[in-house]
Amino acid sequence: MKNKSLLLYAFAYLAFLYVPVLVLPVFSFNDSQFIAFPLSGFTTRWYGALAGDSAMQHALGNSLKVGIVTALLSTMLGLAAARAVTRYRLRGAGAALGFISLPLFIPDIVLGLSLLMLLGAVGLPLSLAAVVMGHLLVCVPFALTVLIARFEGFDKNLEEASADLGEDGWMTFWRITAPLMLPGIIASLLLTFITSFDEFLVAFFLSGTEATLPIYIWGQLRFPERLPMVLALGAVILAMSVVLVICAEYVRNLGVKNRVVGA
Amino acid sequence: MNFLKISNVSKSFGGPPVVNDVSLEVSRGEFFALLGPSGCGKTTLLRMIAGFETPDSGTIAIDGEAMNNVPPHLRPTNMVFQSYAIFPHLNVFDNIAYGLRKLKLPEDALRAKVEAMLATVRLEGLGARAADQLSGGQRQRVALARALVREPKILLLDEPLGALDKRLREAMQVELRAIQRKVGITFLLVTHDQEEALSLSDRVAVMHQGRILQVADPRTLYERPNCREVADFIGEMNFFHATLREIAGASATVNAGLLGVITLPAINLAPGIKLDDHILLAIRPEHVRFAASGVAGDIAASTFLGERSHFHVRIAGRSEPVFVSGNALPIGAVHLDFPSEKLIGLPIAD
Repeated sequence: MKNKSLLLYAFAYLAFLYVPVLVLPVFSFNDSQFIAFPLSGFTTRWYGALAGDSAMQHALGNSLKVGIVTALLSTMLGLAAARAVTRYRLRGAGAALGFISLPLFIPDIVLGLSLLMLLGAVGLPLSLAAVVMGHLLVCVPFALTVLIARFEGFDKNLEEASADLGEDGWMTFWRITAPLMLPGIIASLLLTFITSFDEFLVAFFLSGTEATLPIYIWGQLRFPERLPMVLALGAVILAMSVVLVICAEYVRNLGVKNRVVGA
Repeated sequence: MNFLKISNVSKSFGGPPVVNDVSLEVSRGEFFALLGPSGCGKTTLLRMIAGFETPDSGTIAIDGEAMNNVPPHLRPTNMVFQSYAIFPHLNVFDNIAYGLRKLKLPEDALRAKVEAMLATVRLEGLGARAADQLSGGQRQRVALARALVREPKILLLDEPLGALDKRLREAMQVELRAIQRKVGITFLLVTHDQEEALSLSDRVAVMHQGRILQVADPRTLYERPNCREVADFIGEMNFFHATLREIAGASATVNAGLLGVITLPAINLAPGIKLDDHILLAIRPEHVRFAASGVAGDIAASTFLGERSHFHVRIAGRSEPVFVSGNALPIGAVHLDFPSEKLIGLPIAD
């Protein structure tokens, strides 16, 4: 009896989480400008409009560029920092970790505003590069958290054993650290990419004339007739996210089972 | 004698020295053990030889070459880690072949070399086995093979049998010794297990609080420890306070209080003991004998150990019991005989 109600609760919970998300693709195929039930027929014209919208595609391109660069940079920085704090006896490691994580606790609007003023003060133009720098502040703490957990998850002796068997620091990284860190690295890349991809406030302050996708979507909300197209865009992003996560899981399993040369 | 030469090496991690002015020489082909309780500095010393820690002072030389500025990956040493550190993403074959990459061997030569090593450690046919499908004993063998296949000048073993159960440990002890004889490489073993050190090694260094107390072959270490710590750490020992009264030729006379005045061979006295010194007389439980006359005592407790029994004998004027190991159970009051040739004199640390 108790199990049954728990099961019911679990289903209700899942519905609460995912039904709103499913509304997106449903209405993106609905042949009406108005987002309301009953549905009034199937159409793909919103997707057609999407394909023809060059401003949207430009914004998407910007977001992908910023997201990929941010993910790569913050994961690289995170790797170096995570390795330093988990593998060496460093003075001030705790303080350094605290300062790196601090941007997580600063409201994005404050962060965006201060960066905007800073750029103005030193005379740097607003640009996608500025957005990347802003996003690094927000993303490095995420990367660091994921990667430290992974570093702590494997025996430090493995790296010493590699050195003992004749490999220098660089080869040890490639032959031991990187393969064992791979799941963490992938998780970090995904997390930081997604964080950057849907970040709005910092991008809004720093992007200047180059809109990222969230800024573009926000701009479209002023035009009710364009809303179904935004829904179609949302549905595409949703589908891409699912594909991305499945790919990531696949690569991760590959990393675990991978056996290099030999019998 | 000086294949491995450690001279005045000290190391601290910000507190008191973990390794304190240690000097040691190990010869080529020797099976040498560093024995001591945990925290005595033996693992730190081993890690300095491997290059994972840098001495604060002193030098380490292997085969005449100073090692102080040589990083771990260029040292002629290989290590079997206490945790074995088997690479989890590689199979047995790749684990063993890991350290051979720089040799750039052709595929079949590499395979032959690894297969030969698999045979040496008796893991034939397990090359394709994944790291996480190995038993404790097999992991130990892979760690050993991976280090040995590089033909190091010195193989360093950090508590290599500590993680194995008792029966497997005993089997591996025999095998480790056989492998060492076969490959002829110098083995340097770190252990806290005195039986392991004594049964495996040609020579043993006993470490205590960062210092080496005594370096000797196992028999000497057992029969002629040079101080109380060594005597205590290796096997069991009875101690009696005494004073050295006279040395006449090959014999020495001591006043041993409860035991009376005893004359023993002068060579049984540890070096450095002078006339009128207050000393400790020490004797192993198996050397104390039940006799018709001698020091009177009472059996307070006895433990049956199969082929022999262990007795706690109380004697008047002494709070600690005398430990006696024998194979017959006398009843009631007993007399103890302390054969003078088995008594040794140790200095009292000040």
